Amino acid sequence: MELKHILEAVLFSAQKPITPRELRELFAATAEQAEEAEPKAFKKVKEEAIVAALEELAREHEAAARTYRLVCVAGAWQFASQPDYAPWIRTLVGAKNRPPRLSQPALETLAIIAYRQPLTRAEIEQIRGVAVDGVMQTLMERALVEQVGRADVPGRPGTYGTTALFLEYFGLRALEDLPAADELRKIPVKRPEELLTAEPGLATVPPDQLTLEQVEGEKPNVPPSPTP
Amino acid sequence: MAEYKVQFEIFEGPLDLLLYLVRQEEVDIYEVNLTKLATSFIEYVDLMRELDLDIAGEFLVMAATLMYIKSRELLPKDLQVAVEGEEEGEDPRWELIRQLVEYKKFKDVAVKLQEHELSQENTFPRLPGKPDFAADVAPVRPQVSIFDLVNAVNAVLKRFATQDTRDIFEDKWTVSEKIEMLVNAMKARPALKFSELFAAATSRTEVVVTFLAMLELIRLKQIIITQPEPFSEIEIAAAPPAPAPAAAETHTTSTVASITGEPQPN
Repeated sequence: MELKHILEAVLFSAQKPITPRELRELFAATAEQAEEAEPKAFKKVKEEAIVAALEELAREHEAAARTYRLVCVAGAWQFASQPDYAPWIRTLVGAKNRPPRLSQPALETLAIIAYRQPLTRAEIEQIRGVAVDGVMQTLMERALVEQVGRADVPGRPGTYGTTALFLEYFGLRALEDLPAADELRKIPVKRPEELLTAEPGLATVPPDQLTLEQVEGEKPNVPPSPTP
Repeated sequence: MAEYKVQFEIFEGPLDLLLYLVRQEEVDIYEVNLTKLATSFIEYVDLMRELDLDIAGEFLVMAATLMYIKSRELLPKDLQVAVEGEEEGEDPRWELIRQLVEYKKFKDVAVKLQEHELSQENTFPRLPGKPDFAADVAPVRPQVSIFDLVNAVNAVLKRFATQDTRDIFEDKWTVSEKIEMLVNAMKARPALKFSELFAAATSRTEVVVTFLAMLELIRLKQIIITQPEPFSEIEIAAAPPAPAPAAAETHTTSTVASITGEPQPN
């Protein structure tokens, strides 16, 4: 018997998402109770082996293009249907009991927290350019973000991070699973080496080449003059 | 005018408005003409004033920054450098562009998160019913009496029996801390064994504090204590939403305080 097939059978019958650690414990407990030789063979299966088998299984399901997938959300695995079939399933089981969708400001703020955590309110406001008090309250009430510590700066302001519920809400496996995670996480925006414009940082031509209209903004359609 | 009014509602602050203006220019952010942008931005702020909208302070700050940039532009370059040297600051133009680029990235990724939100809304996990092999009798949940609990905690305390009790220890643990720890442990796993609670305890005091935390949670009806079968280990589980009968709650805490014989740490 293959590890992945056992995992498939177990997850198929599981009442809730299961983590690799719980699966490992399940293998150990089964070996303990069972008389047969087969379960004993999997007594000391490693967590990494379980994860690898789960990933292989998930790939197989995807390749087979079934209407359901084996997915990992917030570190726990389960079978879930593909979104395309939602209308029929919704009729069958009823609409999911989910809070209302997040507003655009809430999503933006949440994105900033998710990629840059832990960070303070001031740092969030620095990026968004507006106060975030109301939005933060909504996000905290919905338990998508929480205070995770205090910054080591004067006043010791609280720092914020996302919760496990955040991963569940967006169906993410882990924070590394965020779209474009490597690009957005901690790397600051670099000033481009090759300046695209006449003057460093912007397209404004040096004052001696500026026309009066441009300065006064009366003819907004005049493109910036090319560099001599 | 009316058209502007509608648009205003979507601006989530000065950066949002600036991005909108950059999009209108149809140029890369790095190539945008800030002087022109400043003019358009201030036009909008004026318009907001005309429409008698409440102008958020952030818009005025941004307008001031843009005006500063614009005024700097008017100076010959050699004079600009002198000013910059005094300030030791970064080029304000670059500072603004960097902020815009960063904000735009997050704005874009927020759209992706929204897609995730939608797709997750339409994803249904498989939640099979529990395969029911046993006869359909209601699951027994035998009650545990306070004496069972006291016996159990005494068994744990035996581990520390040899310690010299005359030593004075600092109170390192508080009941509220332990309550938090318990609540978190319950979040991770639905049911804990009694012994697991004390597995990590290093002293008699810690055991007592953990025990008090557990009793407090029972009193607050946050957890329920069961013993699956006689003489098996006591289990701790999160309480079901329906409140359990609140028998013997005051009695519980007082008993414990007396049997441990130690002052209740705080």
